[in-house]
Amino acid sequence: MKKIKTKTIIWLIIAVVIYAVLFYLDATGKLSRQFSRLLIPVGINIMLAVSLNLTVGFLGELTLGHAGFMSVGAYSGCMFTVFMDLPVYIEFPLALLIGGLVAAIFGVIIGVPALRLKGDYLAIVTLAFGEIIKSVIINMDITGGSAGLKGIEKTTNFTVMFVAVLVTIIVIANLINSRHGRAICAIRDNVIAAEAVGINVVYYKLLAFVVAAFFAGVAGVLYGHNLGILKPATFDFNKSIEILVIVVLGGMGSITGSVVAAIIITVLPEVLRGLDDYRMLIYAVVLIAMMLINSNPRISAFRKRIESKFNLKKNMKEAE
Amino acid sequence: MVIIEQFINGLNLGSIYALMALGYTMVYGIAKMLNFAHGDIIMVGAYTISVATTNLGLSPILSVLLSMLVCTVLGVVIEKVAYKPLRMASPLTVLITAIGVSYLLQSVALLIFGSKSQRVASVINVAPVTIGGITLTGESIVTLGVTIVIMILLVLFINKTKVGKAMLAVSEDRGAAELMGINVNNTISLTFAIGSFLAAVAGALFVSSYGFVDPYTGALPGIKAFVAAVLGGIGSVPGAMLGGILLGIIESLSKAYISTQLSDAIVFGVLILVLLFKPSGLLGKQRVTKV
Repeated sequence: MKKIKTKTIIWLIIAVVIYAVLFYLDATGKLSRQFSRLLIPVGINIMLAVSLNLTVGFLGELTLGHAGFMSVGAYSGCMFTVFMDLPVYIEFPLALLIGGLVAAIFGVIIGVPALRLKGDYLAIVTLAFGEIIKSVIINMDITGGSAGLKGIEKTTNFTVMFVAVLVTIIVIANLINSRHGRAICAIRDNVIAAEAVGINVVYYKLLAFVVAAFFAGVAGVLYGHNLGILKPATFDFNKSIEILVIVVLGGMGSITGSVVAAIIITVLPEVLRGLDDYRMLIYAVVLIAMMLINSNPRISAFRKRIESKFNLKKNMKEAE
Repeated sequence: MVIIEQFINGLNLGSIYALMALGYTMVYGIAKMLNFAHGDIIMVGAYTISVATTNLGLSPILSVLLSMLVCTVLGVVIEKVAYKPLRMASPLTVLITAIGVSYLLQSVALLIFGSKSQRVASVINVAPVTIGGITLTGESIVTLGVTIVIMILLVLFINKTKVGKAMLAVSEDRGAAELMGINVNNTISLTFAIGSFLAAVAGALFVSSYGFVDPYTGALPGIKAFVAAVLGGIGSVPGAMLGGILLGIIESLSKAYISTQLSDAIVFGVLILVLLFKPSGLLGKQRVTKV
């Protein structure tokens, strides 16, 4: 018990230090404009990746409609602030909550039928739902159609973003380490065995799906209040794929991995901007190469050897 | 009369989806992977035709043959380089690799041809026919004819030849097929070759009907063909044909009578409805999980 507590404190200190350093660099202008503009997109991608990791990494169900949840949340939250005239400090938190809740409700609506399906069928159905949401938003007048929703106040700042990322990580990490989280991982490892020991598979699948949708929705609201405009075309299939790529590159079932990969994937295109024409090409090649290297038997054997040596040392230390 | 014309348009579009869906479904049945790059092979085929007719000045038939060759070789090369090392990897790894290949093909096309869409002259030179007030364009006639012939040949190939039966066996049970002396690697390569060949045919028909190509030409038709394959029951060859034709007709009729912009939503909605009642697609086999 005591060990967990010191770990939590260490993580909290690290978070505060990161916040302080980034805030100082940003406020004093030590960070180049290019990078300070990236702070919020990085945060949004971290939220999206960590929440998608809950369904793909921990629950083990491939979904390709995460951008759909993001867009539902973004539109409902941003329409709330656009049409309501409340003071910002009441309006903005409410908008975040509304965005998250509406996305979560959609998570239930989509999850109940979709989660009956498995594997590739689930993937294609979530993809289809994402595309349907996009087409419906384009065809509605209240959302501004394909021209987009304009005039959103730019309320998202670095502090709000950082807190949101922190809350996302803490909630999901705690969920994973709880009884519920273990049930979710058990479903991933073996559905039949999990069912046999009395885990309510439908309930836990839906739980993971809805929590992921909620945070995607909140990330969407933050996204809208950062850019000031929402366009339905942003939330297409490619956006869902981008988030999935972050999750896979970071390692499925690793929250730290998702965070690191989200930072790399968001910053990399900006760093490569000099090679603008070759940017997508490099991105694609890196993606393929990563996958091939990761599943090369020789390399994974090598990694296992290193890991076992490392673990041996650790065990010996603990034994002492 | 209009409804019949729209129906024929739907058949035309549906044939193209069906040809593409066959590629998805055959590869899925045998290699158990979703080949997301399949749609982009169509784009490559379309660009090949464009280059062959305008830059090299080849005749339409030669340029279609060239495009078939290029696509088939490309499909096999992609399989050898990117997918073969991943035989034992998790399905998600393979899926991400396929997405990477799709991005790669798109960005290479973007580098070579730029993002502006190019006009491509139709490779089909058949006069339109009018029967009882309904006009059939030359493109429709050729598309329908070619699709029917290809489907018959494909069904005969799979069910009657030795290699085709080997493909069936591998899709049924890879391990057992290997024990019976079937060369699984060659069979998988052959499947990719056939799938990419069909993609080249679909690409030629597609540019002839729509007359333009850009680096993202293959993306949305690719996804829709994939939907068609799932609708019919992924892994099932007749299912892909049925799913493709149905999807084309639904899309064309909803464009004409409901809304152009909502047609995609309707297509995807139909897929979801079908999967709710038949979770493995219209003609898919229900697999029972055993402990």
